[in-house]
Amino acid sequence: MTKVILPQLSEGIDQATVSYWYFKVGERVKENEDLVELTTDKATFNLPSPCSGIISEIFFQEGDTVHVGEVLALIEEDQSDLEGCQ
Amino acid sequence: MEFKVIDLGLIDFIPALALQKIKFKEVKEGRLTSCLILCQHLPVITLGRQAKRENILVSFDELKRRGINIYEVERGGDVTYHGPGQILVYPIFNLAFFKKDIHWFLRKLEETVIDFFKDLEVKARCIPGLTGVWVEEKKIASLGIAIKNWISFYGLSINIKKDDLANFCLIRPCGLEVKMTALEEVLGKEIKMDDLKQNLIFHFRRHFLIYHLNKASVTSNY
Repeated sequence: MTKVILPQLSEGIDQATVSYWYFKVGERVKENEDLVELTTDKATFNLPSPCSGIISEIFFQEGDTVHVGEVLALIEEDQSDLEGCQ
Repeated sequence: MEFKVIDLGLIDFIPALALQKIKFKEVKEGRLTSCLILCQHLPVITLGRQAKRENILVSFDELKRRGINIYEVERGGDVTYHGPGQILVYPIFNLAFFKKDIHWFLRKLEETVIDFFKDLEVKARCIPGLTGVWVEEKKIASLGIAIKNWISFYGLSINIKKDDLANFCLIRPCGLEVKMTALEEVLGKEIKMDDLKQNLIFHFRRHFLIYHLNKASVTSNY
């Protein structure tokens, strides 16, 4: 299971608002595809998926505030990807 | 490093957005380091991710009657208006060449616009907590940026011609009770758009390329 974590987007800014999920729980996502869009100030920032797999859980909905380091979602990695890593 | 400059002149919002996406792909694939697109738009209202419909103060039929299109876009911010009296600047910049920091980028864009106005003897400023550039208490430039893979698109609009200001009464710009101004209104004289663009490009080069060179120099010293 891979955690999707909010990275540091800016010095001195420790939170962002979830503005758009490109996928729903249960859907398959590929590594580096746009996964979630976050908004801070007058900028949107697209967080890409860290791996390929199926989204098993989303912890923050659109409109929610999330802090740097918090887990946005969990992804069940594709088995073939895991084998490729071994 | 250099960035490519493209001046599209007067163009509808949609083809300009299509070009941004083409240049974004080229930057992402490393075929282009960065790109600065300048243009003016035919009258259009765009709704950013935080847009509230109530910030459009007239009916869609009225907008249609006035020949103003309306589009939802994937930038930050609320509602804004663009028209032929503004210079639109779309920096398709790979922030890996500069600094991977959203707020640094927004503040750098504001500094660039403030210096551009300084050359015209206009004292523009930022207001802490608000994004954009202001002359006294009126807003003269607006920002709305999107970033994917640390590459920016969308950008900023700078109000030049005073005739275009009337259309701001159709919306509540950026969701704020804000008064807008334009360069012509501040200077009290007519301004030709094309005379300003080279100056604007100069300040973009000065701010961003010098930052890149300094960063490269610091890195090479270690």
